[in-house]
Amino acid sequence: MADVKERKGDGKNKYSIIIPTYNERLNIALIVYLIFKHLRDVDFEIIVVDDGSPDGTQEIVKQLQHLYGEDRILLRARAKKLGLGTAYIHGLKHATGDFVVIMDADLSHHPKYLPSFIKKQLETNASIVTGTRYVKGGGVHGWNLMRKLTSRGANVLAQTLLWPGVSDLTGSFRLYKKSVLEDVISSCVSKGYVFQMEMIVRATRKGYHIEEVPITFVDRVFGTSKLGGSEIVEYLKGLVYLLLTT
Amino acid sequence: MKHVVKILSLVVAVSAFWITLLQAAIVPQSHTWLLPIYFVVSLGCYGLLMVGVGIMQFPTCPQEAVLLNHDIAEAKEFLSTNGIDIGTY
Repeated sequence: MADVKERKGDGKNKYSIIIPTYNERLNIALIVYLIFKHLRDVDFEIIVVDDGSPDGTQEIVKQLQHLYGEDRILLRARAKKLGLGTAYIHGLKHATGDFVVIMDADLSHHPKYLPSFIKKQLETNASIVTGTRYVKGGGVHGWNLMRKLTSRGANVLAQTLLWPGVSDLTGSFRLYKKSVLEDVISSCVSKGYVFQMEMIVRATRKGYHIEEVPITFVDRVFGTSKLGGSEIVEYLKGLVYLLLTT
Repeated sequence: MKHVVKILSLVVAVSAFWITLLQAAIVPQSHTWLLPIYFVVSLGCYGLLMVGVGIMQFPTCPQEAVLLNHDIAEAKEFLSTNGIDIGTY
């Protein structure tokens, strides 16, 4: 048994990658391929939390399981759309890794950055490694001026009010120590991307060691965007909530 | 302590300093009364400046879209030869 462990480059660390999906039939196959391509010597599992996608996402996941193995790809579906936070909690229940990665299924988060997350965590023993789009080496493609304006405005406001300790608050490409994720997620109650903000702010308040790695974010190649119109109001409400309760 | 408590303490400290300034009258009172307004306006301007600078320096990565398309093509080829039903995209 000893040489099985030695073959896996990172020793005994196992990484559970939780990917919530809704109508990501094509993207999920692409992202699974890319994860396997970029994490060749790493012990990992992919946990797909699908919220009853009508487009056949789960069938594709089952085909991927035949190809890559049911121990590497776990399908832990739910009956209907129940939200991101609960998707992570659901995935976490089935995670057997020491570390948990959360990422989006739509290819805006590229698996090629996974090695840099892992490396950063091993170098610094950080509790959380979060991807940031807003520093040199990172970046965004596919955003028009309006989008950049709202993103930058939202960021400046959040930095001024919350002093969050990270440059990218709403990003959701992150690596957590499993115990840290369990601790932080249990105290979060928000929905959507405010939930992502709440997670990182609560982690900062609790004193967890957080590191950042630059990531590039290519917006929406396939699939339909799930961003709606009342985002600004929700965001402001979220900021005030975080200001008062963290 | 909660973050909002930190912020409120800061506000209280600054207000106390302002009131002291008013009472001590080192600076003419008419000026001192306007200080909070100057402060809020400066803060607003600073915020707008940071947004403007941020937009100008916003890191973009057009080459990543090209790379992504390559990755997608590579993935599609692998998946279709291995029996995954990619569909008509």
